[in-house]
Order: sequence, then structure tokens, then C-alpha cells
Amino acid sequence: MRQSFTEWTKSGAPWVWLNAGAVAICLIMVVGLLSLIAVRGLGHFWPADIVQGNYNENNNTIRLTGERVQVVSVPADQLRDSGVKVPEGVEEMQRTLLKIGNRDHGGTDFIWVLDAFMKGEQKPEMLFAAERREWGNFYGYLRGIKEDGKIVSSYDGYEKSAEYMEVWNDFQARIDRATLIRDQIEDIEKGRIGSINYELERLRLKERSLQLKEVTDQSRYQEIDNRRAELDADYESLQGELLALYTAANRDSITAEISNGKIVEFKMASVVRAFLPNDMGIGGKILHYFQKVWEFMSTDPREANTEGGIFPAIFGTVMMVIIMSVIVTPFGVVAAVYLREYAKQGFVTRVIRIAVNNLAGVPSIVYGVFGLGFFVYFLGGHIDDAFFPEAKPAPTFGTPGLMWASITLALLTVPVVIVATEEGLTRIPRAVREGSLALGATKFETLIKIVIPMASPAIMTGVILAIARAAGEVAPLMLVGVVKLAPSLPLDFNYPFLHLDQKFMHLGFHIYDVGFQSPNVEAARPLVYATAFLLVAVIALLNLSAIQIRNHLREKFKALEM
Amino acid sequence: MSTENTASTELDFNTPAAKRHRSIRALKDKFASASIAFGGISVIVAILLIFFYLLYEVAPLFESAKIERWQKNDQQVAPYTVPGEGKTLYLTMEEQAEIGLRVTDAGQLMFFNTRNGDIIQQENINIPSGATITSFAVASEYSGLLALGFSNGEAQVFKHKYKSTYPDGIRVITPELEYPLGADPIKVSDGPVEILALNGGEEEWTIIGGQQSKLSATEISLSVNIITDEVTADTNRISMPDMNIPAQKLLLMPDRRWMMIAGKGGKFGIVDMKAVGGPVVTQLIDATKGEITSFELLLGGNSVLISDDLGTTNQWFLVRNEKNEWLMENIRSFENGNTAISSISIEHRRKGFVTISETGNLSFYSTTAHRTSLSAAVAKGNVEMIALSPRSNAILVEQNNQLTLWAIHNEHPEISWSALWEKVWYEGYEEPEFTWQSSASTNDFEPKYSLMPLAFGTLKAAFYAMLFGTPLAICGAIYTAYFMVPAMRRKVKPFIELMEALPTVILGFLAGLWLAPFMEVNLAGIFLTLLVLPASIIAFAFAWSNAPKSIRYLIPDGWDAALLIPVIIISTYFSFAIAPFIEQMIFGTEMRYWVTSELGIPYDQRNALVVGIAMGFAVIPTIFSITEDAIFAVPKHLSYGSLALGATPWQTLVRVVMPTASPGIFSAVMIGMGRAVGETMIVLMATGNTPIMDINIFEGMRTLAANIAVEMPESEVGSTHFRILFLAAFVLFLFTFFVNTLAELVRQRLRKKYGSL
Repeated sequence: MRQSFTEWTKSGAPWVWLNAGAVAICLIMVVGLLSLIAVRGLGHFWPADIVQGNYNENNNTIRLTGERVQVVSVPADQLRDSGVKVPEGVEEMQRTLLKIGNRDHGGTDFIWVLDAFMKGEQKPEMLFAAERREWGNFYGYLRGIKEDGKIVSSYDGYEKSAEYMEVWNDFQARIDRATLIRDQIEDIEKGRIGSINYELERLRLKERSLQLKEVTDQSRYQEIDNRRAELDADYESLQGELLALYTAANRDSITAEISNGKIVEFKMASVVRAFLPNDMGIGGKILHYFQKVWEFMSTDPREANTEGGIFPAIFGTVMMVIIMSVIVTPFGVVAAVYLREYAKQGFVTRVIRIAVNNLAGVPSIVYGVFGLGFFVYFLGGHIDDAFFPEAKPAPTFGTPGLMWASITLALLTVPVVIVATEEGLTRIPRAVREGSLALGATKFETLIKIVIPMASPAIMTGVILAIARAAGEVAPLMLVGVVKLAPSLPLDFNYPFLHLDQKFMHLGFHIYDVGFQSPNVEAARPLVYATAFLLVAVIALLNLSAIQIRNHLREKFKALEM
Repeated sequence: MSTENTASTELDFNTPAAKRHRSIRALKDKFASASIAFGGISVIVAILLIFFYLLYEVAPLFESAKIERWQKNDQQVAPYTVPGEGKTLYLTMEEQAEIGLRVTDAGQLMFFNTRNGDIIQQENINIPSGATITSFAVASEYSGLLALGFSNGEAQVFKHKYKSTYPDGIRVITPELEYPLGADPIKVSDGPVEILALNGGEEEWTIIGGQQSKLSATEISLSVNIITDEVTADTNRISMPDMNIPAQKLLLMPDRRWMMIAGKGGKFGIVDMKAVGGPVVTQLIDATKGEITSFELLLGGNSVLISDDLGTTNQWFLVRNEKNEWLMENIRSFENGNTAISSISIEHRRKGFVTISETGNLSFYSTTAHRTSLSAAVAKGNVEMIALSPRSNAILVEQNNQLTLWAIHNEHPEISWSALWEKVWYEGYEEPEFTWQSSASTNDFEPKYSLMPLAFGTLKAAFYAMLFGTPLAICGAIYTAYFMVPAMRRKVKPFIELMEALPTVILGFLAGLWLAPFMEVNLAGIFLTLLVLPASIIAFAFAWSNAPKSIRYLIPDGWDAALLIPVIIISTYFSFAIAPFIEQMIFGTEMRYWVTSELGIPYDQRNALVVGIAMGFAVIPTIFSITEDAIFAVPKHLSYGSLALGATPWQTLVRVVMPTASPGIFSAVMIGMGRAVGETMIVLMATGNTPIMDINIFEGMRTLAANIAVEMPESEVGSTHFRILFLAAFVLFLFTFFVNTLAELVRQRLRKKYGSL
């Protein structure tokens, strides 16, 4: 049956289709967004080939080496306007963003080149890439290895050969040695010297507190001085050790040829990893990929957060979320139990429901402002006055920190827990409660032994959703305790182990900070995508598991009602 | 009897132990009930706590000022005799209001303890032999620069300074006197210096002095010899034309270009000192019908305050007109009953001043806020002089050779309803404007705390977000709830709800770093998609409904959305692909350039359109989820009835289902709106955060929430700026509170209605 267009319109079918289109658009947007993040985030770790070519722009030829990062097409007119000599008849040109590295020799990491002017492109197998602790990546040909300033091995030429591989292997072995030494240095600097400094600070506070309490017993001051002398002695000996290690680490250096033909030299200790991307097989690349992913997840950031890993941010987020869950769970569950099991449905419960909805609807930045004013300055200030007078005028809890951030977020996520728990409680059949009461259990016993255990998956759902929300929330945290770079983790081996007053790093804030406040946005961008992907993946996983638990629970109680 | 006995021997419920156990259990139960109730109620407590805490931080902004006698060790400081002899020329205090300075007409400088009048130190200005003091001038309260003019035509410039030292942990303040232009007086006039004005700093100075009809300006530039450290002064004296104004007082602005003359009969003259061809009177104004009683520069030296004997103080400053001329304009006036103003004192750190009337009535004014923060009687009858301390926390009142010290509590005078929400004429602006500019590098900066640009930005962002998000979310929800097959619905709904969990920082980061640059290049493509997409959906749908049954039956009703996915992807791709050609055809250039050059609309890379799309994305799941629930919860028998009567599904939806579900949809939109208004990270990252007031979709904005995130970390605790940020948070809180409460009430009513159906 053929329909005319007017008839078809009259039936309202086009509207239905448009509505269907809206759903489809929403779905496409979500999938598109997730895949955009995934592709950009995961692609970053793949070792890109290094290309080398002669770039000729305005009769000026230079040799360039680097990784292709991005290709865009530009209208030729625009290029002509900016003074580029584009051949007649060309409408559009491909422009490539090349990561040329060697910031210490060229000044910039990235350069835009027009593909048409790049001649004699090749991928020499001998070109190596080195990730360094400063100045970003290095690209060049290995030319020699020096030990204590004396050349121990060298190589000339651009072709792959056994001798070259020998030098290369020596290079790798020496990087491993330098890395080992660096680990030791780090252990001493961060671990042992850190502990000494921490204890010295504690001793200073102890002494100050004795002075404030006007203790005149000289033996106690003596005790502190003795301990301080011991620590100072330890510190001296560690300093000696460090000096030796630094000398050892700086023993080796390499020389390499960069794209403009210059031979440059740098310390082996500054190299994190060196590899020959053009010489890698697919297996090698996969191995390298996973090494990079692991490095990303497990190491500290380098170079103003634009390189290296995000471990402190992951750790900080997890710590905050754990403390928050400990606070939010009892509060949320009790409130839900009151609403569902104890309160008479009426005016009070209506008001509470309105309050819950408002708590859920108040903008998160308002929580941040409230947290900063009430928790940090008001409560924190009073805690400092009462318990930490010796540290004054430096604030202990009177400044943004982990504890206040957790409490603020607990307040922010409590509606999530309440709503989920309430839903779980609603689903428990009345008969179960009545059975328990009929057997003589008090209301509280019924609650603890029967209702709560049955509702525990729902509570769990609520807590998981709360965690997912807290992990992604940034605005309030910017005010109550997150920093771009925390000097130490909030959990360590120094008494009292968990430092609730410390500032911490957070994945969401890391994205904001590196993406928008970084001095080198271009270099940082892949890392931001990778961090974003990690965050999205964790949150999606948490949400999906919450949905799974909830569905499972629904099925279970459906069976009970039968 | 016997059975009872056996029962009790076998199972006695009333043994002391069992009784105890029971009562403990009952106690536990009671305790649990109480604490659970407490836990439940504490949700209300939490929301009230937020409300009242924000209010508590905001309230001091609107408190009026208080004045009381200065207390020392819980004792009122008694009035004391003015230290030193003679008549007071000038009275002031140092930073801590501990030491006062009185300049007498005999050239004596008395530094005294403000609590009891004891003289701490006395300095004398060297008066040239045979001369007397004939005039006195203040450059600005803030700098402490003063000058005395002598009858021999010379003037002496000096500066009072204070040094704090802490011997034995106790603060000791020592006054010092400094001569920035050298210890010797400077010749500024041929005759006696009857009136005097000066201004300058560092190396460049101007002193104007002389008699009413015969003034001359002396320009002094200092240069330091690098080797010997010797200071040499270059002086250049220009005699000024007769202004024909019976001058009583002169003022010189810090730029040393504009001189103002207060004359008898309320005359107010403005002289351009740097005009071509020498100083010239640019304006002569009748500033008041009465007589000018006080004539001072406000902090920063850009505004003149003129008080008269009719009880009015007017603020004037120079405004540039279209012809690029600077004209003195009367900006605002401050009334003080009808009693003549006898003296005024300028605040050292804020744009405010204090007046005292003939009857001894003290009034505090803030110019920017156009607000009287205090009016109180401190004396009976006429007062000779008043002096504010630099922190504006104390004031000295001289009357009948007695000094009284008063304490002032006036924390936030610069805030008023008009300063926050109305157009304000700020210094140096051509007309009254809404401006948010909270801080600057200089001390004499006039803070501009208009919340209007921020509130406007907030609503603008929310508006574009809702414009993008609401139709998609509601249409999507309608289809999902009413037409979609259950199997697909079970997958789709959680998926879209997953969007809600997506951190906004990620949306913001994608909007700022990916969407904004993408849109800059593909602007035409985006607008083209808006047209192509609905058209292609309709076209495909029509084609599909006319397709052979064999094809149509492959996919049952309710799977239309899945069918449309490839259509949408292809048509979107198509729009972006042909957009460059279309824009070349229509505009002749890229649309972005066309917008700026032809329409004259500025284009920011991070603009409202980017925010609209990104934040729309964030509100879609919220609106979708609630709308979907509302429509799905409409009892099925209603729609079955309608369908049975022959209505098409669409008619049933529009006439039966939607009216029933409309309160739910309303509350969904409200909640979505609340979310859009309070969203921080997306706006922070996807706009340039400039507080402008322009509805233009291609420009950015700054929202209340983003403003808090940007400025809160650097604002000083307890300052006016800090409290205004709290006020911004409070406004956000109230807005969302209103919206959410409304939405929840509507939903509760709806739930009841469905219950009865």
C-alpha cells in the first residue's frame, strides 16, 4: 500500500521518526565520545615510526626527523596568504604536525610541515628515540659511548650493522645500570631523607609544644636534642652515600647525531628509555606498548606533569574515595532506613525527600565553597587551635586537605547512597520483616539481621555509584584539597602513616590542570587523553557493575515475591 | 496450676537473666530508633547547615557600620586636650591607629599617643627666617605627603613615615619625617604662598602656589647621580594666567595634568595644565548653590569630592566624550540632611569618605556603592577637624581643643544592592556599566563587583545548553518510553544514564581541546548538519514506509532508532564533507570569517555554542531519565483506551500520554536547568571566562560557578571579595534550591495522581 506524503504526515509518523532520531543521535554521541577518548588515549603509547626527510620551504632545505602526530588539510589560499609559495592549481595541501623532540637543541618539540615539500622521506632503522627526564624526547643516531669522559665505543654511518648493534646493546646495558642507581638515589632522597626530615619536623613541634605548655623539665628537652643529633648524624652519612651514587650515575654519557648533523652529548642518567622504533617488529611494539602503559599507571609524573605516569593521581583519587565511602555509607544507609523503615510517611518524610533532592541538586561548586568555609576555615581552624597550637601559625587542618575533601564529597554523594538503599529496601517483601517480628525479634534486630543483609547489594550499588561520582568530581576539590603536584603520597611509612591533613592529586583535576594550565599543551595532550580514558573506563566500569548488581537484586526479589 | 509449673520449670521466660536480656534488647531497640531518626533528620540538618553557613558568611556584607568610643582594657578612652599649641592644620594617624600626627599653624609636627594624647615626638619644620606659614596642602592621604607654603614665596614638602620594630617581642612604632624634595624649601611663587597644591612621586613633581590671581606652577624633576648618589633637582616655573576665580582651595590630580579650583560662591574650575600654549581653564562650573565647604580628592586622585553648606557632597570625575575631550561630570551625590558639612576625611584604602556636619553628625559613605553605611552623632555643635586612620577602623574628632578617639567597624562598605545588580558609573568609564573586575595590581583600584555579567553568563550558558539538550532529551525519552521495543529499551536506558556518570571534567576537556578547534574549522558543517539531519531522517522514514513489505517486515516496529543510526552517521558525514563547498558558494569564504567580517560579530574559539553542545550533552541524561520515567509511568489503560477508539499512536501520545506526564517533564526540565546553571568544569574549560554581557552565540561568558572556581583560591579570607564569592555561591544555592524543590513537589503530586489512577 503506497502512502502519499500528506497522509503519512497526518498520521504523525514523521514525528515518531524524529523522536527515534533523537535517541539515535544521543546514542551516537555517547559512543562517539567514548571511542574518541579511547582511540586518542590508547593510541598514545604505541611507538610511532620516526621519519626522516629533507624539507624544502622557500628554497631552504633542512633535514627533519620526527614522529607524525597529526595530519590536517589546509586550503591553499590560506597558505598563500601567509606567504607560502604554493604551486598554481593546488586547492588543498596536507599539513603534518611533526614531533621533532630535541627541545634542548631546537627550542621547540613540535613543528608543522607541508607534506608536499618533504622530500626523500625514509624510516632509517638506526634512528633511535630516547625518553629523557628533562627536555622531552630525543631523536638521533647513536655515535658513541663515553665513560668518565673517555670514548669507549663509537660508530659512524647510517646503515644497520652488527657493530652498531653492539654499541646499541652496550648503551642499553648502561641505561639499565644508570636506572638502578637512580632508583637507589630516589630511595634515599625520598624515602630515608624524607623520613628524617619528617621526624625532625615532628621534634620541632614537640619542642614547641613543650615550650607552650611551659614545661621546665630540662630532661625532656634534652631527649629531643639527643634524638635530633642522632638524626643529623644519619643525615650526614646519607649525604655521603648520595654523593657517591651521583658520581656513579653521572659516569656515562653518549654522543649522538641530531637531524641537522650536529653531534651532541648527554648524560646516560637522564635517559629513561631508548628504543629503535623503526627496527621494532610487531611483537616488540606490543611489548613496548604494554611497558609504556605500565609506566603510565605506576610512575610519578615528569616535566611539569606532561610526561611520565599518573600514579600519585590514581593513588590520591583512590585514597579520597575510600575515606569518603567510609563516611558516606553509614550516613546514607541510616537516612534511607529512617525514611523507609522507621518514619511515618507524612510531612517529615516529604521534607526529608525534598532535602535529599536538594542535596543532589546543589551545584558541586557550592559544596566546594561550603567545604572551604565551614570545614577548612571554621572546623579546621578550631581543631588547629585546640590540638595543634605548636604548629601555629602554619595551619595543620586549617588548610585544604585530604580529610576535608573526603568529607565534602561524602556530603555531595550522600543522596546517591540514600536513593539506592531506599530502592533496595522497598523491594524487600513485607512478609520477610513480619516473619522476623512474629518470631519475637525487635525492630532493630530485624533490621540488622534480616533487612540490612538483604539490602546489602543495594547499599553496595549506592556506594559504587557514589564512588563513581566522587572519582569524577573536580570543581569542589579544587577548593578543598587538590593540588597539581603533591610532594608525597598521603599514605607512607612515617607515623601516623595516613596523613589526613595532606594535599593530594586527583585524576580529574590532573586532566584539567595538564590540559589547560600546562606550559606545553601540545606535548601534554596525548597524556590528557590517556588519563581521561582511564578515568572514563574506571567510572564506566563502576557504573556497569552497579547496574549489574541492581538488576541481579531485582531478579532475586521477584523470585521471593512469588 | 501444674501445667504452668512444668512450663516454668522447662522454659522460664521470667528468670532475672531473661528479663535483663529483654530489657537490654528493648533498650537497644529504643536507642537504635532514636539514632536512626537522628540520622534521617540530619539530612535536613545538612541542607540547612549549608544554607545558614553561606548566609552567615554573606550577612556581614549587608551589615551597616558601627561606631563606638575606643576601648582600652575595657575602659573607654577619655577625651584629652589637643597636644601642642596653636591651630590644627592637619590631623592624621598611622597604620595601627596608635600614633596620631597633628600639624599646627606654627610648623610643629606633634606625634602623639592616640589613646591619651601624650606627645611621643615633636618635629619642627624649618620656617625661613622672617617668614610665616601661609598655606598648607595634602598630596594624598595614602602617601602621607604634605606641604607648607610660606609668606616669602617658598614651600616645604615633607612626608610622615612610621617604622615598626620588635625589641623583646613588643611592637614599637617610631615616627619619621622625610623630605622627598630636599630639606631646603623651594621657591614656588613670587609673592606669599596663600594657596598651595602639589602632587607627584618618585622623580616628577608639580607644586602650584601663589595668590588667588597670581598662581604659578613649579615643575620639579629629580635625577640621581649614579656614582655619587647625589640628587639634583631641575625646576621649571611657569606662571599661570589669571583664572578670574576667587580660589579658596586648589587640587592637583596625580597625573599633574588637571588642576581643580574651588572658588567662592560654589564655583568649580578645571584647568588643563598640559594644554598646548600653557595652562587653560577648560570648564567653570557652578558646583553648588551654596558655598563649598570641603574640597578633596578621593583615593586614587581621579575623583573630586565637593561638600557644601547645604548638606550635600558631590562626586565629580573627568569623563571623555565623543570628541575626545575630558569633561568634569557630576557622578553622584550624597545627602546629609540639610545641615552644612563642616569637614570631610578621605579613606586611605577604599573609595569612601566620612563627613561631619555642623551639628556633629558623622556619616560614612562609599562612592562606588553609593551607600551611606553609617550616620551617627559624635559631638554636639561644630567640629574643627576629623581624621580617619589608614585602616578606617578609628577616627579622631577635634572639638573645642579636645580630641576624642572613636572605633569604627565598617568592613564592607563597598557593597550595596546597586553595586551588585545595577549599572554603576566607575571612575574613568564613559558611562554607567555592569562590570566584574575584582582585583588589580594597584592599591587605589576601584573594585567592580557587579554580579550581573556573571548572572547573565550563567543564564546564557544554561540557555544554549538547554536549547541543545532539551529537545534531544525529551524526544529521545518519548520514543524510548512509548515506542521502543522493551528489548532495546533495556539496553538503551542504562546506556544513556551512563552518560550522566561521565565526569564533566572530561566533557569540558573535550569541548575545550577538541570541539572548539574542530568547530572553528567546521562551523558551516555544524549548521548544515542542523538542517540536513532532520530532512534526511524524514526522507529515509518516508522511503522506508513506502518500501516493499518484504523489506519492512525484516525489522519490526520499535527498532526504528537502530535503523536510523547509519542514516544519521552518513548524513552527518555528508554535511561536513560538502560544507566547505557550500560556504564558499554562499559566503565566498569560510563561515567563521564571514561572521566576523560581514556580520561584525566577534568570534571566540571557545564560545557559547561549544558550551551549549558540551553542557547540553551533560544535561541530556538528567532530563532524559526523568522524562522517560514520567512517560513510562503513565498507566497503560489510558493509552489502550485511546488506541481502541481509533487514535493513531502519535495522537494518543500527544493528546493522552503527554498531558498526563507533563508535570514530570516539567520537573525534568527544571532539574536539568539546575544542573546547567551550577555546572562548573565545562564552562571553565570550554569558554574564555571573560565576564562580558552579550547574547552572541560566538562569544564566551563567565558564569557564577566558574568565577568561584577561578577566584576563590586567591581571595583573602574574610575580605569583601571572599564574601561576594560566597554570595555568588548562595545565589546558586537559592536558585537550585528553588528549582529542585519545585520539581520535587511536582513529582510528589504526580506520583499521588498516578497512584489514584
